[in-house]
Amino acid sequence: MGLDIALLPLLVIFPLLSGLMLPFLGGDDPQRIKSFALISSLFTFVFSLGLLVGYDFSNSAEMGLVTDVSWFESLGLTFSFGVDAISIWLVLLTTLLMPLVILGSFSAIKFRIREFFFWLLLLEAAMIGVFVATDILFFYICFEFTLIPMYFLIGIYGSSQRLKAAKMLFLYTFTGSMLTFAGILYMAWCNGSWDFSFEALSHAHENMTTNQQVLAMLAMLAGFAVKVPLFPVHTWLPLAHTEAPTAGSVVLAGVLLKLGTYALIRLAIPMLPDAALVVAPYMGILAVVGVIYAALICWVQKDIKKLVAYSSVSHLGFCVLGMFALNVQGLSGSVMYMINHGLSTGALFLLIGMIYERFHTREMSQIQGLGRVMPIWATFMVFFAMASVGLPGLNGFVGEFLTLFGAFQSAVLGPAYAAVAGLGLIFGAIYILHMVGKVVWGPVKIPQGHENDAKDLTGREITVLLPLAILCLWLGVYPMPILRTLDQPAQAIMERVGTDLLEENQAKPPVRYDYHSHVRAEISSDATLTLKTLSEGGR
Amino acid sequence: MNQTLIKLSELGPEMAMLVGACLCLVVGLHRSAEIRKLAPSLVAMALIVAGLLTALEVVDASGVWTMATFVKMMVCGIGMLLVMFMSTVPDAVSPTGKFNPSRVMRGEFFAFFLFSLTGVMLCGGANDLVWLFLALELTSLPTYVMIVISRDTDEASESGIKYFFLGAVAAAVFLYGFTMIYGATGMTNFDEIRQAIAVTGVTPLLTLGLVLSIVGIGFKIAAFPMHFYAADVYQGAMTPVTAFLAFVPKTAGFVSLIALLSLVTQGNIVIDPVTQQLTSPLPPMIASLLWVMAALTMTLGNVLGLMQTNVKRILAYSSISHSGYMLVGLLGMSAGIGSTAIGNGAAAVLFYLVAYALGNLAAFAVLSCLQRNGEEATELDALSGLAKRHPGLAAIMLLSCLSLVGLPPMVGFIGKVYLFGSAVQQGFAGLVIVAVVNSAISAVYYLRIVSSCYFGEKSERSQIVLSSPYVIPLASIAVGVAILLGMGFGGNSLAVTANQATTDSTLFEQVDVQLIEQLLRTPAIADPAIH
Repeated sequence: MGLDIALLPLLVIFPLLSGLMLPFLGGDDPQRIKSFALISSLFTFVFSLGLLVGYDFSNSAEMGLVTDVSWFESLGLTFSFGVDAISIWLVLLTTLLMPLVILGSFSAIKFRIREFFFWLLLLEAAMIGVFVATDILFFYICFEFTLIPMYFLIGIYGSSQRLKAAKMLFLYTFTGSMLTFAGILYMAWCNGSWDFSFEALSHAHENMTTNQQVLAMLAMLAGFAVKVPLFPVHTWLPLAHTEAPTAGSVVLAGVLLKLGTYALIRLAIPMLPDAALVVAPYMGILAVVGVIYAALICWVQKDIKKLVAYSSVSHLGFCVLGMFALNVQGLSGSVMYMINHGLSTGALFLLIGMIYERFHTREMSQIQGLGRVMPIWATFMVFFAMASVGLPGLNGFVGEFLTLFGAFQSAVLGPAYAAVAGLGLIFGAIYILHMVGKVVWGPVKIPQGHENDAKDLTGREITVLLPLAILCLWLGVYPMPILRTLDQPAQAIMERVGTDLLEENQAKPPVRYDYHSHVRAEISSDATLTLKTLSEGGR
Repeated sequence: MNQTLIKLSELGPEMAMLVGACLCLVVGLHRSAEIRKLAPSLVAMALIVAGLLTALEVVDASGVWTMATFVKMMVCGIGMLLVMFMSTVPDAVSPTGKFNPSRVMRGEFFAFFLFSLTGVMLCGGANDLVWLFLALELTSLPTYVMIVISRDTDEASESGIKYFFLGAVAAAVFLYGFTMIYGATGMTNFDEIRQAIAVTGVTPLLTLGLVLSIVGIGFKIAAFPMHFYAADVYQGAMTPVTAFLAFVPKTAGFVSLIALLSLVTQGNIVIDPVTQQLTSPLPPMIASLLWVMAALTMTLGNVLGLMQTNVKRILAYSSISHSGYMLVGLLGMSAGIGSTAIGNGAAAVLFYLVAYALGNLAAFAVLSCLQRNGEEATELDALSGLAKRHPGLAAIMLLSCLSLVGLPPMVGFIGKVYLFGSAVQQGFAGLVIVAVVNSAISAVYYLRIVSSCYFGEKSERSQIVLSSPYVIPLASIAVGVAILLGMGFGGNSLAVTANQATTDSTLFEQVDVQLIEQLLRTPAIADPAIH
């Protein structure tokens, strides 16, 4: 029992303390610093596996492993910890990516090594903190704090335009989240008590008119939509991604962007249900526009990293579309999408980082036909590109399919949204295949002076990529273990918003979903079953 | 007369400070430099004795803090840090052999330091207009001298003179305001003024008096429209003195504003429409004045801060904008009876003063370590590459900037939650939006400082001189306390204490119970079930 209580605080405190210990670690041996960081992040991962054991998944909409640590009673602030199914998977995503990122940047970082791992570990603590917080100001603190390590990671270790990128990242997100801060205070005020726990604030909407809710929602969106990033406030992301060191990009794409979507699912939608209904169509439109617009931009990119960066904007559009569909398929699909995007895009950034380490360029015109000289790299590249496009059987498909299906079925959005966003899928396939076609196949072209650097992946690099590849495949073929747990939280959100009633009231004939006419037959029967049960279960 | 004697008996800490000041004057005249160097230690001892006496006062009052004891304790605590900083004022005879007054340790400098702090303490305990005026002037007058004698440059003299003349004008303005308040109520004693206001309500003459007082005291806190001197004066003074200027007159100003405003809030008791509790918001006229002042102060401070390249000037403008944030808190000052701490704007201001002082002191302390050719180096590029040359100093600078910008986990963040929460509680959500946007603007120039430290190339143009063994400890203590308070170690009790200090003594102690009952009987607020 004691372990149950300590587990969540431990997950935050352990990386934090190991980060803080790093500057005092004796000796200048870089190897020692690197292994210290790696081992501590591995320990964090092992601890986080305890969540799977300690949490009762049979009741996965309830907050489990709840712990409160006093902080500022007089101001109504507590460090309160708790997780439900949604947060558990995201915590695991974070703790899994972190050792891989650390291992992946062993050779890329050549100066100020100690500082680099210091910031990475602090970042990990803050990100886990976001997912396990159940007090809105504790949540907000961790959310804000992620900015500081990121600012330094980009500003010190980035490429040529790093200062501008770091500044843009900081100012965009900080400005947005300050407005969110005002919104949080406003919500608490409307609620009539200065209690910032999720529990207390989940009743705030009972004391708020729809207009007040919309105001608070706009404030929330100001902070969270920037983080997602949703069109039209996405402009900081491509620069930040391109300029960041590989580790920064992976963490940014893998976890940091999910903080925004997680905050929307955890705070904005359930706490302001009436406002969520009001803004849902607009959010849907922005999401769809983002999907198409970013996909088109990707098409014309010459820099591979920038292409993947813009593809994140496009992909996160699906995620937002799914959640504002406000039904079970959409919401759980959205969470699936977060996890899958973290895995596949994270891996893509790692792959690009490996190329950049070798050739010091990311221009598509300079690097071509690597399939012949670096076959292992090329295999991984094609694999993860397919996962990112959403090839059935790989993980990307599950999230994409569910979000689109959710939007199609949604009582607040509708088929039109899904149809237009579906176009984004096609564009997605085009730009990724275009990139893969150039870089992997075609005549070999390697930048001058780097002919000898075209060596294939080392054992360390394969170790980094392999776990991600296995997960991508597994989640594509058999996503059920995760999907099953997302049902209840999604249902709970739906009940709060009231879309479950809305769908019943519509009394339209239920759309029978004929699987075989839509999906190619290659997909394994397990996934078939999954999707089918899911689509029926939601109705 | 009898009352004065009673009052004097409560002034133990102030007496200790004055004795310390006199001792400093005497010691400063001694021939031997060794003895003259004792002056800072004497100051520290005076502060410790004053702190102990304050603690005794609190124990006597069975642990209940009042505004007076809170301010005294705060002054003693921050004063200790300040005196560590002041000891960097150089004391060696200049190597050229020429007599250089700024290089000789002088007792009077430290005597003035103590006089000024005593003034702040007296502001906290003031219960009379005349008393308040004298206390405010006792705070200000020594600062004029300190600016000039801390440094042997034309700039310092210029700042001293500017500060003096503008300060004199401001003093005239608020003294004029005080006379109007006296004219409106016929009293100078705060309790009597309260009672008079409860009878007459807020008359136009009283409002005029308050407006003039607020604007005049606005000079002390560097608020619009009396903010313009700050950058020049701060830049001209020696860095330790600048840190002093950024905290001491500001504290005195805010403490006096809280005292003055709490005079009228009592005459204005209404029922809060949301919580159905008794509250006493500021009269609308005063509230709008403070609204405009707060918005303009923040915005001007931050926007002008953006354009600076000198760190001292940046910090000067940032200190203007922090006054703006605290004015937002003043608008939130009208605690409902039995409300939680967060609804109490006055307490939020006191809390934020501590948070602000810690961050600011640390930033100035780091700045004072940078020199170029024996002169202070305060341009942004002097900080360039500080992280590589001196990671400790850079880390302190980073943390203090984070606290000032209001990022968690520093105490500055909690301070902002407290301030803005109180303002939202009183229905000033619009102003809070202005304030948070301003916080975002301020991030730009704080980031500039941080990015210069961390991302800049190594600059050979400045060297790091630790002119006193106390600078780094002082900065680390300030930053360390800021983190600890922010993480909740002691922060909660600070907030509770601030709340106690502002609710017990100033607002509802002498509330006319009959008046409340009468209000409760009025139909607008009576229980609808009765009808």
